[in-house]
Amino acid sequence: MRQVFHLLWCKLVCVLACSGAFAVEALPASDNPALEAQVMKISTELRCLVCQNQTIADSHADLAVDLRRQVREMLQNGQNEQQVIDYMTARYGDFVLYRPPFKALTALLWIGPAVMVVVGLGTLFVVLRRRSRLADDAFEPDDKDPPNDPHLS
Amino acid sequence: MKHVRYLVPMGILLVLLYFLRAGLSLNPKEVPSPLIGKPAPAFSLPRLDQPEQRISRDDLRGQVWMLNVWASWCVACRQEHPLLVQYAKQSKVPIYGLNYKDERAAGMKWLADFGNPYTASISDRDGRVGIDFGVYGVPETFVIDREGVIRYKQIGPLTPEVLRDTIEPLLKQLNS
Repeated sequence: MRQVFHLLWCKLVCVLACSGAFAVEALPASDNPALEAQVMKISTELRCLVCQNQTIADSHADLAVDLRRQVREMLQNGQNEQQVIDYMTARYGDFVLYRPPFKALTALLWIGPAVMVVVGLGTLFVVLRRRSRLADDAFEPDDKDPPNDPHLS
Repeated sequence: MKHVRYLVPMGILLVLLYFLRAGLSLNPKEVPSPLIGKPAPAFSLPRLDQPEQRISRDDLRGQVWMLNVWASWCVACRQEHPLLVQYAKQSKVPIYGLNYKDERAAGMKWLADFGNPYTASISDRDGRVGIDFGVYGVPETFVIDREGVIRYKQIGPLTPEVLRDTIEPLLKQLNS
């Protein structure tokens, strides 16, 4: 439960905290464009824990630079994307993932908004249907015509 | 009786308010660490004061110890430091320092200036061991048990309250 709040809440706080830090994409550090593209792709899936509203692809924080280096080295050693992601989650937890995984702990986070919409629409539907079936006299009568005021005519 | 149903929206509102209130009381900077209860990652790093000597994780096995991640560039570390120095004097637990992404000279100067609470500091020049420990906000402090399992992680500076209420009871339990 804590983690759910956590994820929701960080978004807001970090918008405020990090709004001054506009990101410029870091320059590629190796001359292999395919490798750099893959490093960037994985980096956009990973949260920079120092400036939590940024991915490590966007962030210039020291840690983000180090983590990108780590991703690059792991790829150069022939590890695949999933292995890199697993490596990061083993150290920093699911929180490092920009898109949290769907599991029991995060279910509310993922389906909460949809459930709310469904419940809202359902309630609206039931209420409207019930009303449409009521007899006319169940409603408050409309205002009667104002009584004739002799002074006005 | 009929009016009871008007309490339903009120109830829903109260639930929402509760959630908002709970959200406000959380600190987003504190990311729950997946490393608690897991073996400390292996490392072998040179000592800060004697770089020709190395300390590895397995050298420290068999004792309860604390790992404090610090750096001379870290402002919050300076705030925490007097407490560590004072705590180290009570010698309740060996404190090892992980000098994170720091220059050796700057680290040595810091210890000379502000006191050295560490049994030894090891030098993580490029921050790789830091990554293995999931470090993202210095200072951080880990309590590691005899079997080398991480039992507690403090993100940010230690406080007298944390030492008294969380770490001391944990140390007692681990040492018993």
